[in-house]
Amino acid sequence: MPRPALKIPGLFKGLKITMGIFLQTMFPKRGIRTLMPAPTLGAVTVQYPYKSAPEVPAARARGVIALKEENCTVCMLCSRSCPDWCIYIEGHKTKAPPRRPGGKERTVSALDRFDIDYALCMYCGICVEVCPFDALFWSPEFEYSEPKLADLLHDMDRLGEWMETVPDFETYEAGSDAKVRKVPR
Amino acid sequence: MASVLALDWGNYWQQSIFRVLGSAVFIILGAGTFVIAFLFKMMSYMQSRLGPMEAGPHGTLQLVAEVGKFLQKEDLVPERADARLFKLAPYVVLASTFLLAVVMPFGPDAYFVNLDTGVFLALGLSSISVIGILVAGWASANKYSLIGGLRAAGQLIAYELPMVLAVVGVVIQAGTLNLQGIVAAQHSGQIFGWDGIGNPFVLTQLVGFVVFLIATQAELAQTPFDMPIAESEIVTGYMTEYSGMRFLLFFIAEFATAAVFSALAATLFLGGWAIPFVDLDDNVMNVVGPLVLVTKMMIVGTLIFWARFTFPRFREDQLQSFAWKFLIPISLVNILATMVLKVAF
Repeated sequence: MPRPALKIPGLFKGLKITMGIFLQTMFPKRGIRTLMPAPTLGAVTVQYPYKSAPEVPAARARGVIALKEENCTVCMLCSRSCPDWCIYIEGHKTKAPPRRPGGKERTVSALDRFDIDYALCMYCGICVEVCPFDALFWSPEFEYSEPKLADLLHDMDRLGEWMETVPDFETYEAGSDAKVRKVPR
Repeated sequence: MASVLALDWGNYWQQSIFRVLGSAVFIILGAGTFVIAFLFKMMSYMQSRLGPMEAGPHGTLQLVAEVGKFLQKEDLVPERADARLFKLAPYVVLASTFLLAVVMPFGPDAYFVNLDTGVFLALGLSSISVIGILVAGWASANKYSLIGGLRAAGQLIAYELPMVLAVVGVVIQAGTLNLQGIVAAQHSGQIFGWDGIGNPFVLTQLVGFVVFLIATQAELAQTPFDMPIAESEIVTGYMTEYSGMRFLLFFIAEFATAAVFSALAATLFLGGWAIPFVDLDDNVMNVVGPLVLVTKMMIVGTLIFWARFTFPRFREDQLQSFAWKFLIPISLVNILATMVLKVAF
């Protein structure tokens, strides 16, 4: 068995690295102000709530769920498939004008209430997957924390506002026959 | 001032109360400073982070918040644990730290107790914490705790030896076991006939200093030697079942012991509370001395924690063979060389 190489130089190399990063973080300023410690400038850490986020999440990130109210048919599939029952839906039947002149009046379902409790939501995305009428979409927005737990319950209007932030679906790779889905605007 | 600190007043109980309060202040301030300066800030900066920033300016009051948090937590005792021993163990560990702090000299007349065999007592007292750790590991009724406690015992016994042997070199050179005498010997000493700055033993006993620091690292179970609390293998070793106040006691003891050992290393190797060119018996040293000692203590602490935040953990068998096959022979050779040179000069 070959003897392992002497470890002493590596030990000092390690010490040099940690002390180097320490000094870089502690004294990032150059020139005459080198000796003024300024760790907030030197560290990689960004003090996020006080300063803007260092990077925006990817467009496909699961930030918040947006609701296109007009597309919803109150089918309750999302509510039933939600693993922790955080979607609350109430609706009623109503009459809508016929599609073409002289036709019969249609019966449609209209939403009274569509709430998602983000205190319970675990961002699994099953509701978005299961929605057959393109009413639910992922948006990468994530800055909606609240001091009070109850304020995390987003109602229909709040969920509708998120629609503006939903990005377009990415185009498929070249040669794909599938039609690219469109986000209803 | 001088007579107040030198404890030539009062009866036994008054002196004892003063010593307990004094070492409590030293331990709380020392542990607090070490945690904030090294664990919170230096470690973060070494990883290009900022550490705690919310409580107080730059997170300086974070420790107050942490202590408050621990005091609120429930003090759990496992159902099958030996409850009495389980509750006693952290106090045993902390007691050894308290006793260690008492022997530390801070100035010509600023000490709690000035024993002829101060070093001997300090090294003896530092082993008491092993008992507390073993008791904690055994009484927890948890296999991780037991393995951690046994590892701690094996490690502390193994590294006690090089530590004592490293100190023997200093004792030979100073010619006394008294900590004040060692400080005086460093202040008035000569390095091969040159007495410009006295003789801080770190210069002539460099090998001893390095061995002492490595052994200290192992005694404190700091990272390259943190087998007893190796959190990725055995949860947190003997501390696994502790929560709330008793975990806090272990935590304080860990960092207070780091502070006390740093102060001991500063006294033995860096000249203690004395500074060159200032007379030893100068009354002003009673005020400046503690500050000097704390400064030197922080220097030693920086070295200890620098190594802690740099190196990964040893394997258990490597840890033992490193002590027995490398550190002990090297410190024995150091003693031999010191003896020969002591006689020659």
